[in-house]
Amino acid sequence: MADASAKQVLFEPIFSNNPIALQILGICSALAVTTSMNVTIVMCLSVIAVTAFSNLAVSLVRTQIPNSIRIIVQMTIIASLVIVVDQVLKAYAYEISKQLSVFVGLIITNCIVMGRAEGFAMKNGPWLSFLDGIGNGLGYSVMLLFVAFFRELLGAGSLFGVALMPTVNAGGWYVPNGLLLLPPSAFFIIGLAIWGLRAWKPEQVEEPDYKMSRHTAKEAF
Amino acid sequence: MSKAKETVSRTLIVALALCIVCSVVVSTAAVMLKPAQVNNQTLDIKSNILAAAGMLEANASADDIEAAFQRFDVRLLDLDSGEFVEPSAVGVEDPMKYDMYKAASDPEMSEKLASSEDPAGIKRRPNIAKIFTLSDGGQVTRVVLPIHGYGLWSTLYGFISIEGDANTIEGLGFYDHGETPGLGGEVDNPRWKNQWPGKKVYDDGSTEPQVRLVKGGVDPNDQNKEHKVDALSGATLTSRGVEQLVNYWMGEEGYGAFLQKLRKGEV
Repeated sequence: MADASAKQVLFEPIFSNNPIALQILGICSALAVTTSMNVTIVMCLSVIAVTAFSNLAVSLVRTQIPNSIRIIVQMTIIASLVIVVDQVLKAYAYEISKQLSVFVGLIITNCIVMGRAEGFAMKNGPWLSFLDGIGNGLGYSVMLLFVAFFRELLGAGSLFGVALMPTVNAGGWYVPNGLLLLPPSAFFIIGLAIWGLRAWKPEQVEEPDYKMSRHTAKEAF
Repeated sequence: MSKAKETVSRTLIVALALCIVCSVVVSTAAVMLKPAQVNNQTLDIKSNILAAAGMLEANASADDIEAAFQRFDVRLLDLDSGEFVEPSAVGVEDPMKYDMYKAASDPEMSEKLASSEDPAGIKRRPNIAKIFTLSDGGQVTRVVLPIHGYGLWSTLYGFISIEGDANTIEGLGFYDHGETPGLGGEVDNPRWKNQWPGKKVYDDGSTEPQVRLVKGGVDPNDQNKEHKVDALSGATLTSRGVEQLVNYWMGEEGYGAFLQKLRKGEV
């Protein structure tokens, strides 16, 4: 990892090492904030900002952090950044911050942020860490946007709030699929996306944890 | 180097420095953005009031909202007597600053409701409400009243707008709730909300609110259809909550005293 190029660090997490699809991190918010594209984009930008700047900050002070309190230090940095992002959203994107409600605050608990701070920023320089933060944020975003695309299109018949398929409730013909507005649907879409991704990149398929040994005993029959 | 940074004093210094830096960052952001946030919140409330009164135009800018809201008078109302009170009675100068939901948790400024007299599930009712009136030549032509109550998962907060006859509903909207999107969350659906304007709260000469949310849609031949609105499909409990909270606030315990005065033209 130490000699990874900037380009690799930035783009690897998007498909090859996607935080949601491969590392299976940050699923919780992927279920909660993907009912509409607008909300999802703001959430993605927030997560990108937080992962990038927390990685940068952690990397800058990484040689100074005593090992015994390193998790707390990372947590404090991340929490501060999340509060700042939350405040900015409340000031400049009030409508959307109302819809995101607690989920902005919950970026703190998003495993991606902490995982990258601990796993990458503690060992790499500030510039690479910053890029890694952006890259992982982007990987998260690609996945979220993918989920939100289907959920909003099929669940509400619109994209970015623009009605593409007028729903029955609004006098149109499309009967929206209510399931897609509920969190479990994100599980299905993420599952299908992971399947698709692994069919495309078979190297992502994990070794099975347990393999049944061959049946060798000869039995009488 | 790795040895040096593991000492106790070093740990304390790093922790302290980090706390100071982070708290400065957080408090700077909070203080600097506070005015914009407060603006947003009041603007949001104002646009909800206008929306309930059917006076919010699509894509209205902040200035439009302010201008439209200027036409309203903010009044504080004693719910039991139905009389207006001075802002000084609740210890504020600007009536807009009074928060009736905060007052509801203050034992001095609210009353506890027994479960039998609390169909809306609000537990405590403030003594004084903040309402918005629109006057034309000294005559109150429209009142926007804050209402709230429990649905299925959450307390719904909203406004109901009533015409000067203190009976005809002009609009209703909820600005804060946590009902299921697509089911109870359809209280936000404009098509559903469009049914409310023109409905009547009371029968002639009665003071008992009659609003009903009807499953399966309102029968167009129903004699009482002026009191009836379609229930939300798939959201029986949210519908029941809405029905009960509207009736509660329109009834004696809520704005009943004030609305009776308004009907007699005493406001």
